Amino acid sequence: MLAYLTGRLFALLPVLLVVAVVVFMLVHVTPGDPARILLGQDATDAQVAALRHDLGLDRPVAVQFALWMGRALHGDLGTSLFLRIPVTADILQHLGPTVALSLLGLSVALLVGIPVGVVSAVFRNSWLDQFSLALAMLGAAVPSFWLGLSLIVLFAVDFGWLPSSGYRSPAGGLWQSLQYLLLPAFALGIPNSSLIIRFTRSSLLDVLGNDYIRTARAKGLRGRVVIFRHAFRNALVPILTVVGLTFAALMGGAVVTENVFSLPGIGQLVVSSVLRRDYPVIQGVVLMVATAYVIINLGVDLLYFAVDPRVRY
Amino acid sequence: MAERAVVGAADEAARPGVWTLLWRMVRRRRVVGVGFVVLGVIAFAAILAPLLSPYDPTALNVPDRLQGPERVHPFGTDEFGRDILSRTLYGARLSLTVGLVVTATATAAGIVVGLVAGTNPRADKILMRVMDGVMAFPDILLAIALMASLGPSARNVILALSFVYTPRVARVVRSAVLVIASQEYVEAARAVGASGVRILARHVLVNSASPVIVQATFITAYAMLGEAALSFLGVGVPPQIPTWGGIISQGQVYLRLAPWISIFPGAAIVLSVLSLNLLGDGLRDFLDPRLRYT
Repeated sequence: MLAYLTGRLFALLPVLLVVAVVVFMLVHVTPGDPARILLGQDATDAQVAALRHDLGLDRPVAVQFALWMGRALHGDLGTSLFLRIPVTADILQHLGPTVALSLLGLSVALLVGIPVGVVSAVFRNSWLDQFSLALAMLGAAVPSFWLGLSLIVLFAVDFGWLPSSGYRSPAGGLWQSLQYLLLPAFALGIPNSSLIIRFTRSSLLDVLGNDYIRTARAKGLRGRVVIFRHAFRNALVPILTVVGLTFAALMGGAVVTENVFSLPGIGQLVVSSVLRRDYPVIQGVVLMVATAYVIINLGVDLLYFAVDPRVRY
Repeated sequence: MAERAVVGAADEAARPGVWTLLWRMVRRRRVVGVGFVVLGVIAFAAILAPLLSPYDPTALNVPDRLQGPERVHPFGTDEFGRDILSRTLYGARLSLTVGLVVTATATAAGIVVGLVAGTNPRADKILMRVMDGVMAFPDILLAIALMASLGPSARNVILALSFVYTPRVARVVRSAVLVIASQEYVEAARAVGASGVRILARHVLVNSASPVIVQATFITAYAMLGEAALSFLGVGVPPQIPTWGGIISQGQVYLRLAPWISIFPGAAIVLSVLSLNLLGDGLRDFLDPRLRYT
């Protein structure tokens, strides 16, 4: 186990290095001189030269990368060009809504995806199954931002049940915070539930074909017991994999969804930074999210131990 | 020499053509046919947009602003009185073009990377780590960041999304190459003295076509969704060009007054992506029975 864990951690290093190189290159693929673009056309040559020096742009690229990487490893992602505050602080300020939205969105995706997938597999080839699969197809085709707008029209404008945009921290009252997060969570969760529906269904169908399921049925166990005690638990392992996959889509989707519902999270931060050409912030957000994603996937892999005692590395 | 030609001709006759195969596929799953027809209609609408559009998609007509859907404007008008039907039709052009060009670029690049990685173990280690690294970013976030560096334009949207989706093709090609390269017919081809390039082109690439075609279909769908999201966020195609994502974004402000501005282009996205996914699923079932969803 320990050997496996260290092996996995070491395997992450090259991936994270590539991530860092890509993030670093973001500034350098910009056509023209980044310093000139940042300062605008009115800046004098001396100002541009000064900024080039401040940003380290006058040094060799390899040196720039090494310096940037070294600082990033110490948690220093530079300073926001627009707000003039450390990028790390800027990100931390915007982290709350994104984490809340992602977790709630994942919950919606699982609460919709797993039951629908189970029903679909148990009533295989029935109209319920057809309906569930059609639902999964449709869910995968709906852009989360458009679903979000449709939910706003329906539940905020027409019915007036929920607020259409904004954010309240859970610290100031869980129920109120939930009201603001419910529509975004559904807009994010529903499209992401389709993959979970399909994986749950095929994974459960695989398990249901096994001999021990036939034995359980032959013993006269009730259908519900067979499905949940015997089949579902064994079907969980592949489902776990898809949860890991869903996380990437979820974090990407959160970026878009936040902008629909004006949630002051990472997604809104990164889009407004693009419009302000605030490269250090963009780099910081992208680096942090990719690293988080890599680590979360490692965590999901380790969860196999908990779910499936047969898994031994 | 003559004999060989005859054998070749008989071979061709025995092998069903593309259209025969497609027809068989549609017969097996009727819904794939639906996807095909819908995509065809959308493609036609895009090509014929200048003929089909009742109005100029950029013409301002302020007296007719924020009209609901009725006979004169079947999809309604926006805050400048521009006809949403015409804008949606022109948006189809851009969406489909981005989808197809991204697919072509990412597939071509992915095939090159996958072939090199699959045939050269030393390059494999490096290339696949790089691909893993690129895939560690959420698609849309990486595309947004690339757009920040490249600047908003249709060409840059294509560049950014192609970069994002290349690893998916590369992985599929690589694993297909690894399986096929160990097959006996490849060994046989090598034994009769076929050159490395010939083996790659005539045997390896042809036999790994199925998973690549399936992946390409899904990438078209992802790319169309990606373009819509980028343009919706205002970091994709500049707003003066009508795109589905862009129209939805403009309609966001008038959600209470004129929800139709956002509804119709959104429905166009759903319809296109749904058809592409149906097609991709159908192709997967048909071309690669091992991957079939039970």
